[in-house]
Amino acid sequence: MTTQNNSSLERDEENVTGAQALIKSLLEEGVDTIFGYPGGAIMPVYDALYDFLDKVNHVLTRHEQGAIHAAQGYARVSGKVGVCFATSGPGATNLITGIADAMIDSTPLVCFTGQVTSPLLGTDAFQESDIVGMSMPVTKWNYQITDADEITDVVAKAFFIAKSGRPGPVLIDISKDAQFAPTSFKYKKYRRIRSYLPEQPVEKKSLIDAARLINQAKKPLMLVGQGVVLSGAEKVLLQFAEKTGIPMASTLLGLSAVPSDHPLWKGMLGMHGNYGPNVMTNECDLLLAVGMRFDDRVTGDIKTYATQAKVIHVEIDPSEINKNIPAEVAICSDAKKALKMLLKLVKDNDHTAWCNEFVPFQEAEYEKVIEKDIYPSKPGLTMGEVVHQVAEATNHDAIMATDVGQQQMIAARYFKFKNSRSCITSGGLGTMGFGLPAAVGAAVGNPTKPVIAFLGDGGYQMTIQEMATIKQENLNVKVVVLNNEFLGMVRQWQELFFDRRYSFTEMHNPDFIKIAEGYGIPARLVRERDDLAAAIDEMLAQEGPYFLEVRVEKEDNVFPMVPSGATISDVRLGPNS
Amino acid sequence: MQKQEFTISAYTENTIGLLNRITIMFTRRRMNIDSLTVSESAIAGISKFTIVVKDTEERIRKLCVQIERHVEVLKCFYHRNDEVVHQEVALYKVSSESLLSGDHIEKLVREYNARILEITPNFTVIEKTGHKAETQELFEKLNPHGVLQFIRSGRVAITRSNIEKLSEFLRERDRVQTVLDHNN
Repeated sequence: MTTQNNSSLERDEENVTGAQALIKSLLEEGVDTIFGYPGGAIMPVYDALYDFLDKVNHVLTRHEQGAIHAAQGYARVSGKVGVCFATSGPGATNLITGIADAMIDSTPLVCFTGQVTSPLLGTDAFQESDIVGMSMPVTKWNYQITDADEITDVVAKAFFIAKSGRPGPVLIDISKDAQFAPTSFKYKKYRRIRSYLPEQPVEKKSLIDAARLINQAKKPLMLVGQGVVLSGAEKVLLQFAEKTGIPMASTLLGLSAVPSDHPLWKGMLGMHGNYGPNVMTNECDLLLAVGMRFDDRVTGDIKTYATQAKVIHVEIDPSEINKNIPAEVAICSDAKKALKMLLKLVKDNDHTAWCNEFVPFQEAEYEKVIEKDIYPSKPGLTMGEVVHQVAEATNHDAIMATDVGQQQMIAARYFKFKNSRSCITSGGLGTMGFGLPAAVGAAVGNPTKPVIAFLGDGGYQMTIQEMATIKQENLNVKVVVLNNEFLGMVRQWQELFFDRRYSFTEMHNPDFIKIAEGYGIPARLVRERDDLAAAIDEMLAQEGPYFLEVRVEKEDNVFPMVPSGATISDVRLGPNS
Repeated sequence: MQKQEFTISAYTENTIGLLNRITIMFTRRRMNIDSLTVSESAIAGISKFTIVVKDTEERIRKLCVQIERHVEVLKCFYHRNDEVVHQEVALYKVSSESLLSGDHIEKLVREYNARILEITPNFTVIEKTGHKAETQELFEKLNPHGVLQFIRSGRVAITRSNIEKLSEFLRERDRVQTVLDHNN
């Protein structure tokens, strides 16, 4: 027998434990990083992992929620599947928020949870929880393994499901006895599943109909969603936009797919999006929605949303088509394939006059909102100027992670992006506590650029423990806490819609600088405008982690704003407009 | 849009937990399931769910495409009542004494095309198949004579049209997969 045969024999047939088979399966899927937290029911897996640390990196977070948000951040910057480990019971339930977040934001994840040994299932054993039952509504697929022989096949299936079609989170629960049991290792990647069709063949007619509408349109507007990023359509999207001359606007998760300085890019859509795109949604004659799902934060009142426009909806998930906004033409496809095919069918066009119609809105927004936000004349520091100055100082070449709330919307509005996959934020679920651990994952997933995490004082304290992970891994994460001593977005709503009754939104915070220093991370507090630039320079010059707290104006509001349930073009530029 | 009764048919892989995955979709939308039947379809390994629910067609349509999103669901159809032939089976237990104490029950059995499954010295089991209204009507007629137990199955249904031919659907799905594999 030749050496070659021996090695292939080893690869396919050797006797391994279930836990070893699991780790070897992950290597077959090209997994280079695992985020996790060990515990009783997943100890055999952690024991097996110990022999493979030359091939795969494990990041120990300080909470399972931290592990899954980190896996999300990793997946979002890298385009790879995020992987996380947690033990049974509370370890598993601590993943749920992140799983739900990944589900609604279409993030590919494979989560492994340990489970009590199979004879104890259903007996209320120590650290037993029905994680398969609990995670059903928020996973794309989940499965419980009690037989070691199933492990390789189920892992292969899990990765195929997580990343194909509309991506999403998969949870695999493995009983402790299956982790210990002997099995053989033979890995075969999945290419198809009988009951699962992740993509449909594109109907030629829908492409022709769409091209006709695009070629005829006088005032077309293209809406760019995360589907563009997920399918890797950034380049063809720009070719398409430049050929047809169609102006673009992005959803929150579609941000960074198009460089913010592109002349055809008109800004962000939705509740705190830009004035022009929101108003023009209700002025255009054609709405070309690409890889987005018409979330209510984007549409406002759907009864009055773009009723004058014909709608072309390019979307890979058939259940999103005609769900919120009816489509004149639906192209059920991933964005890249659809745009490639459409590119051949559309004619060269120019919509300069129509694009110029955005200008007065841009000017009004600049005068009434943007200038005051990023070049304020009043004494208190604004979130906008901090984000703006940090972004300028990084030459817009950093990865931005945010938490949820005012700082998220301000960061999304003012960061301005150069590179795709550089906006990491929780969209659909709006998960406070997402920002810091997501920055951990983003820094691991893309070590070539600094990660700037813009957090509020509220969200920061929800997952503050991940400062330890940042320190332990010496990650290039710059944590910027915009501290207004309020749950700012809730306070804003209380001010505008609840008669200024500030019910439980004021926060008495600890000394964040001492805390950061306690974690061994260099930290600086800025209270005055004059100190900001130097602090930012110091932060960016520092190798590895840095913590910057900026005391911002306590009662600033985020504008423009479309009040909840209002018509999208009824966007307000200030409290009284 | 008016609420009306729909029969949802979902063809699925036969896996643990799928029943839960499907029913929670109704829970989430606050839809009450009137009846639910799950059994193996004509193709081995593939289960068929038959679910009866009252709602607007718009909501049912959206629900069905979302059910189809599940990895283990092959196809989900919905039909108005006039598009399907449907049936339920009901069992009624009466005491044999009341059966023998006159001809009321025997007449009802004849009149309603029901049949007697089993007679013991203590009780008699009567069976009737039909629409819910029919089995309910017989129950109401029998009840004054003392119905000891009554049970009705969930609905089973067959479409009047041809669109629900699963084997053809599977062949088509295979063809599509091959085309997609080729394109990728």
